[in-house]
Amino acid sequence: MVELRLPKTLSVLDRKLLRELWRIRGQAFAIAGVIGAGLALFIVMLSTFGSLETTQSTYYERYRFADVFASLKRAPEHLVDRIAEIPGVDQARSRVVVGITLDLEGSSEPAGGLILSIPEVRTPILNDLFLRSGRYIEPGHRDEILASEGFTKANGLTAGDSITAVINGHQRVLTIVGIALSPEFIYNIRPGEFLPDEKTYGIFWMERKSLASAYDMDGAFNDVVLRLSRDASAPEVIDRLDRLLEPYGGLGAIPRSLQQSHWYINNELVQLRAMGLVIPAIFLVVAAFLLNIVLSRIVSVQREEIAAVKAVGYSDLALAVHYIKWSLVISTMGVFIGVLFGALMGRGMTSMYVAYFHFPLLQYELPARVVVQAFAISFGSGVLGALTAVRRVVSLPPAEAMRPEPPATFQKTFIERWGLDRFLSQPSRIILRNLQRNPTRAALSLIGIAAGGSLMILGSFSLDAVNMMMDFQFNVAQRHDVMVAFYEPGSSQLRYELSRLPGVLEVEPFRSTRVSLRAGHRERQTSLNGVPLDARLNRLVDIETGPVRVPPEGLMLSSTLAEILHVGAGDEIEIKVLEGRRNRAYVRVSKVVDDIMGTSGYMPESALHRFLEEGDNISGAYLRVDSDHADELYRHLKELPTVAAVVRKQAAIDSFNRVLAKTLGSVRAINVLFAVVIAFGVIYNAARISLSERGRELATLRVIGFRKAEISYILLGEIGLLTFLAIPVSLLLGYGLAAATADAMSTELYRIPLVVSERTYVFSALTTVIATLVSCLIVRRKLDSLDLIAVLKTRE
Amino acid sequence: MTTDTVAMPSALESEPIFRIEGLDKIYRMGEVSVHALRGIDLQFSAGQFLVLLGPSGSGKSTLLNILGGLDVPTNGKVLYRGRELTTATERELTTFRRRNVGFVFQFYNLIPSLTAAENVELVTEIAEDPMSPIEALKRVGLEGRQDHFPAQLSGGEQQRVAIARAIAKRPDVLLCDEPTGALDIETGSVVLQVLDQVNRELGTTLAIITHNASIAGLADRVVTLRDGRIVDDKFNATRLNIDDIHW
Repeated sequence: MVELRLPKTLSVLDRKLLRELWRIRGQAFAIAGVIGAGLALFIVMLSTFGSLETTQSTYYERYRFADVFASLKRAPEHLVDRIAEIPGVDQARSRVVVGITLDLEGSSEPAGGLILSIPEVRTPILNDLFLRSGRYIEPGHRDEILASEGFTKANGLTAGDSITAVINGHQRVLTIVGIALSPEFIYNIRPGEFLPDEKTYGIFWMERKSLASAYDMDGAFNDVVLRLSRDASAPEVIDRLDRLLEPYGGLGAIPRSLQQSHWYINNELVQLRAMGLVIPAIFLVVAAFLLNIVLSRIVSVQREEIAAVKAVGYSDLALAVHYIKWSLVISTMGVFIGVLFGALMGRGMTSMYVAYFHFPLLQYELPARVVVQAFAISFGSGVLGALTAVRRVVSLPPAEAMRPEPPATFQKTFIERWGLDRFLSQPSRIILRNLQRNPTRAALSLIGIAAGGSLMILGSFSLDAVNMMMDFQFNVAQRHDVMVAFYEPGSSQLRYELSRLPGVLEVEPFRSTRVSLRAGHRERQTSLNGVPLDARLNRLVDIETGPVRVPPEGLMLSSTLAEILHVGAGDEIEIKVLEGRRNRAYVRVSKVVDDIMGTSGYMPESALHRFLEEGDNISGAYLRVDSDHADELYRHLKELPTVAAVVRKQAAIDSFNRVLAKTLGSVRAINVLFAVVIAFGVIYNAARISLSERGRELATLRVIGFRKAEISYILLGEIGLLTFLAIPVSLLLGYGLAAATADAMSTELYRIPLVVSERTYVFSALTTVIATLVSCLIVRRKLDSLDLIAVLKTRE
Repeated sequence: MTTDTVAMPSALESEPIFRIEGLDKIYRMGEVSVHALRGIDLQFSAGQFLVLLGPSGSGKSTLLNILGGLDVPTNGKVLYRGRELTTATERELTTFRRRNVGFVFQFYNLIPSLTAAENVELVTEIAEDPMSPIEALKRVGLEGRQDHFPAQLSGGEQQRVAIARAIAKRPDVLLCDEPTGALDIETGSVVLQVLDQVNRELGTTLAIITHNASIAGLADRVVTLRDGRIVDDKFNATRLNIDDIHW
């Protein structure tokens, strides 16, 4: 055996430690790998979380992201002064914000976006712009615009290119002079959608006068953003603002926390943090357990050495420290692996976010705090793992330890007591009795193996859940091809106009309005949607119970909304309509619907019309379209002045596949890789420990004529049996973990459904089996080099 | 699979069971090489009770391990009933041990998780024409202890279980490395008596390593080694009884 040459400056005990660690380097690396994997995940999640959070808050600060946002129909400009006088308001900025449809060159794809007004001359404003390239608009050039980076990137546009927009029914060619980013649109998503699709949805900024005159907003505004003073109370300001804007068609002000882009990012941050704590915890518990079995074994092998060292005068403390160092050295290796991979992966993950979070600069940084925490956690689990072993070292009286440990006591197993032993060969009995003799360790090994398998499920489950959500949303609930929204609710005659367009196979009109729902002191703005009793193209579906049978009266709520408002079926809540006649009423909640995504209210279509005191007006329609005539249809739709937006369902699916699916795929790959690390770490260590404990026994069997395959059976049969038993446990545990994570990761944005596909179960079980086989093969090779002679000459 | 086996079905008394010619064994341990055996020539016939005497490091164990197919020599030949062991493959050596050789070790090497009877069954399950485990235990006087685990047996009893395990397959040769080395005089005598009986009653060739010269009187032949060479080889005119020897 090659021994490490070590400097004399190390104490003798430390040299012993390093040499012995070198001897079990395979096991040490396997454990360090498990620690490293856990820490890497911890670091990835928390450093990405940190990077996003820091970037976000710096961006908000430097570009004066507003605190309160309000939209309204139209108010005279001088109202801004009164808004600015509301106590707590530091700054108010009025603006004109309108939706447009776009005619993209070379594409019939329906596209649209928002145009926001900006000052003619660049001045610091709330929600200020960061100019990525090009220049700011020039005064007097009425057709110059700035365009959002996401949109221009997705469409391959640069400064200098032109786009054709339909502005208030008139086609206008606009020149993009600069590419801009705004803290208001870090995450840019069409209202009502849950996936970004920046190819068909852009944000544009235009000089105010030009925009205002196109929409009859001269000397007026339809949107206002506020910056509050430090000690201001947002709810109070919002309350006063709402009262001020009500006569002008105020749609209800919202605090920053509900601003769309901000809300999405924060949901993402909540998920990152949840993932950053749950999964690494599992890894570190498993690592502590591995350290525990390895160190316990080392202590029992070194029993006599420990006694000898004590006999020459080393204190219990010195020895305790010596054995704790074992685990600290391994933990330190784990920290290095974890920090290295964590930082690399964190960088990768951050750059994935760049694909759909638009920051002027999203710089990955690994906060020192996170590294320190990683060290602390790792050492903590290391010391925890070493504890029982060290206790045995300390409690060992030297004189007693000099004597060999008495032979282990065994019993017949319950299987044999039941008389089933005639089915068992001697090697099989050895396996069973060994497991029975140390049931705690067998159970812990089993749980360790199961932990690996269960992480595999956890890693794959998010993809199952998302696939299920996609299927639910796009195949079960929504069966239309295109959604058309009007600028203003219009008469039901529009329905017939739509059905006459080329390629339209089916039209299902819908009515939807902005409302504010209030239950006690809790209030939320949302959309209230009319549900036709015979809905076919866009159905209200509960993930548990299927298509919802709509009660004739009352209000139905998305379950997330019901949670936010703390109400259930039977409770009464106040509805305030924010449009039209601005009706108010108290309505009983008839049903809570788990529609996974969205935070909406629903009413039977006819009840909604009655409530709004209108005829059968419609806000838009869902269309089923003959794909052969789709392009023609899109052309016609663009020419309709009433149409504010045309949304193709497939575009959302494509966008999902382009961005999110890839991200989820990489996250899954990482999780699976780490799950394999943990499964391998546990199984390899279990096999090595068995080999170390049983080497003498196995050598004896070889001497009396057992073949290698036969002794391999005894050694590896135990691991095999444990793996076999661990698989069902891992599937159950995986399901449990998935449930816990689904819960922790569910946000207001969507609830993650708890679905684990059979494929995921099979995949997990197979990977566990493969990890077992590989570990066994490695250990099997060690069996070949078993020294038959040496073990016979020594006492155990 | 005839190539698998080195054994011959029946032994001719005149034909030596082992013939050893010019045996050398050199261990290389890093930069040091240890000459464990130097040109050993030896043959002995079936049924013989042989004692190998010699101080520590004289090469007794090396010789025994080579005879049992656990180790291979550096130079020279070992023929077992005319078949060369020195050119046998690993697999052939395993088969050889499985069918023809019984081992007894100084530290018993029982499987702690198996009872006395099961330790014997370990061998009877893989042997070709074994005796029953009970019979083997009877031969060593332990039939009443068959259900005891090693932890419940004294050292002498454990060694007798080991002997039962070794003889249960009816081996041609029983190789014992310091079988009484870890035992007190009284239990050691019982163990020797059992071995002596096995040799007399079953005709098993018996080779015992010891550095206790007083045991030599029990044997047919006493070979003494020193520094890897045979320095003495004598035949006893009569074998003594276990009660007649003094430790």
